[in-house]
Amino acid sequence: MRRGVAELGAPILLVIATAAITGAFSQAHQLEFKNALVMTAIVVALYVFTGNSGVISFGHVSFVAVGIYLGGILTVDPETKTFTMPGLFPFLRHTHIGIVPSLVLAALAGGLYGLAVGLPLMRLSGLPAGIATFAVLGITADVLYYWQKVGPTAQTLSDVPEAGRWTLGIATIIAIAAAYAYQRSRFGRMLRATREDPAAAGASGISVYRQRLIAFTLSGALAGLAGGLYVHQLGLIAPDLTYLDLTFVTLAMLVFGGVASLWGAVLGALAISALNSFLGDAENTVHIGFRLTLPAGTRLVTIGAVMALVIILRPSGLTGGREFGWRRP
Amino acid sequence: MNWGQAIADAISLGALYGLVAVGIGLVFGVMRLINFAYGELITAGAYVLAYTSGWPAPLAILMCVAAVVALALAQERIAFRPLRRMGASPAAMLVATFAVSFLLQAIYLLAFGTRGQIVGTLGRLNRAFTIDGVDIRWIALVATLTGAVLLLGTGALLNRTTMGLHVRAAAQDFRTARILGVRANRVIGFSFVVAGVLAAAVSVLYTVSNPLVQPQMGVPITIFALVGVVVGGLERLWSAALGGFAVGFVYGMFGDLLSSQQTVYLPAVVYGSVILVLLVRPAGLFAPFRARQVERV
Repeated sequence: MRRGVAELGAPILLVIATAAITGAFSQAHQLEFKNALVMTAIVVALYVFTGNSGVISFGHVSFVAVGIYLGGILTVDPETKTFTMPGLFPFLRHTHIGIVPSLVLAALAGGLYGLAVGLPLMRLSGLPAGIATFAVLGITADVLYYWQKVGPTAQTLSDVPEAGRWTLGIATIIAIAAAYAYQRSRFGRMLRATREDPAAAGASGISVYRQRLIAFTLSGALAGLAGGLYVHQLGLIAPDLTYLDLTFVTLAMLVFGGVASLWGAVLGALAISALNSFLGDAENTVHIGFRLTLPAGTRLVTIGAVMALVIILRPSGLTGGREFGWRRP
Repeated sequence: MNWGQAIADAISLGALYGLVAVGIGLVFGVMRLINFAYGELITAGAYVLAYTSGWPAPLAILMCVAAVVALALAQERIAFRPLRRMGASPAAMLVATFAVSFLLQAIYLLAFGTRGQIVGTLGRLNRAFTIDGVDIRWIALVATLTGAVLLLGTGALLNRTTMGLHVRAAAQDFRTARILGVRANRVIGFSFVVAGVLAAAVSVLYTVSNPLVQPQMGVPITIFALVGVVVGGLERLWSAALGGFAVGFVYGMFGDLLSSQQTVYLPAVVYGSVILVLLVRPAGLFAPFRARQVERV
């Protein structure tokens, strides 16, 4: 019981701390802190499937995309929508809801999409599974870029209402709590058993397919929620927001922190976000006891080098795939 | 646009992707590692060509091959060998190659800028010759021939030399091969050298039709080839090559014959068929039929 409190409490405290100190910073920095919260939510969603099942999914950003488009478009004023996106489905064009209901809908849609994709795809494993999920991402990105009935296609839709830091923080905490509840449930434990040894798990009566499908659906719902958060953090929908870059960054964050633990997912997302934002500042001079000015463009190189180094030197990530605990086993 | 020309272009594009597929498949065979940073080798070769555009073509190509092989060996030595020593999980290995790819792209961006460089080394191969009223660009012929020669050469290297025997043994069962005296680092180094030569060849051939070199140019090439490799069948080199060829060929045909209005949903259709193929034949389209059993070692 006490172990459970520490394991769930540590990541939640970290998120609360991030949301709390956000208010102390300038407008530009607040954006980066809020972005860190959203990244945490996305990585946690990815973790629910990839961390517990051991199967890499390249398709999760598709569910994030569904959350972005649905959550964003439904909260924009119908008059604006009729003007900027006349080709939209009537349901999307006329509906106007608040931020919180839009988050619920985004999570539902993400979960449904995850279920629909998972039903055929969860029969695969290993590399074919990875490529198939990537194909889902390719299809989603292509359709969202060209189909005028579902969104602004190649244009940018601004005027999406922005959410405050506590909305983002609380929703991220809900995602973390759901992930934790899942991994401690019998379903989570069964899926982890299939990760360690699929043959033995199958022999003990666990259906690998069913357990993966459950995790994929939950993970899709959390990714949809995270997408809803993302669009309300950015305040806009832009093309190519949800394709390769976001996929690789979130995967790298997860591996950086440690694929096999929730603590690793949260820590990885926040650590890389912090590093990214610090280096961005350092390109315009920061004071950390002394003046530090980095040449423009070093941010990406440094981030790439740090990610590569940590993954190469410590393939199990910063946390080594363990949950938070005071004593190391 | 006529059929003859479209087919010639598609075959040459297929040959290119076949080369990329073999480069990826060779390393996968011995290391069980999909090197996502393979495209960055091609980009590196293209940059070398861009900066040696004024040189005599053979010299520029030689420089390109040397630089790409050196980078391939550096990738292996600095990034992938430590991972293999630590027995990292396949997931961590794969993401490590992403990180290497990301890092190299960032370095290219910092070193060479966003605007892109132009390669002019073999530009005159873009001229066409005519057979029976069909215009065919020289590059289509050169790429197809080079691709065929290199694929056959790689096949001969693997099947006719002692080193090739070691590589094939390591691809069958790495641990047993080591116990029987195959030197692991040598075999892996060798396959990275061959993969590097193939990547350099792709740089030379690809930049003739697409002379603009940008930091991210390798990414779509890797993705397409990787899709081809998995759809064709990863376990054998020839099925991987065939898969790569098929993807390049289909892509080339549609790209030439359809107007841009018609091609917008082409990626969705291609990816949709990829999913179908994988569901029906997870081991790959060209993989031999046999029941796969669960291995317990």
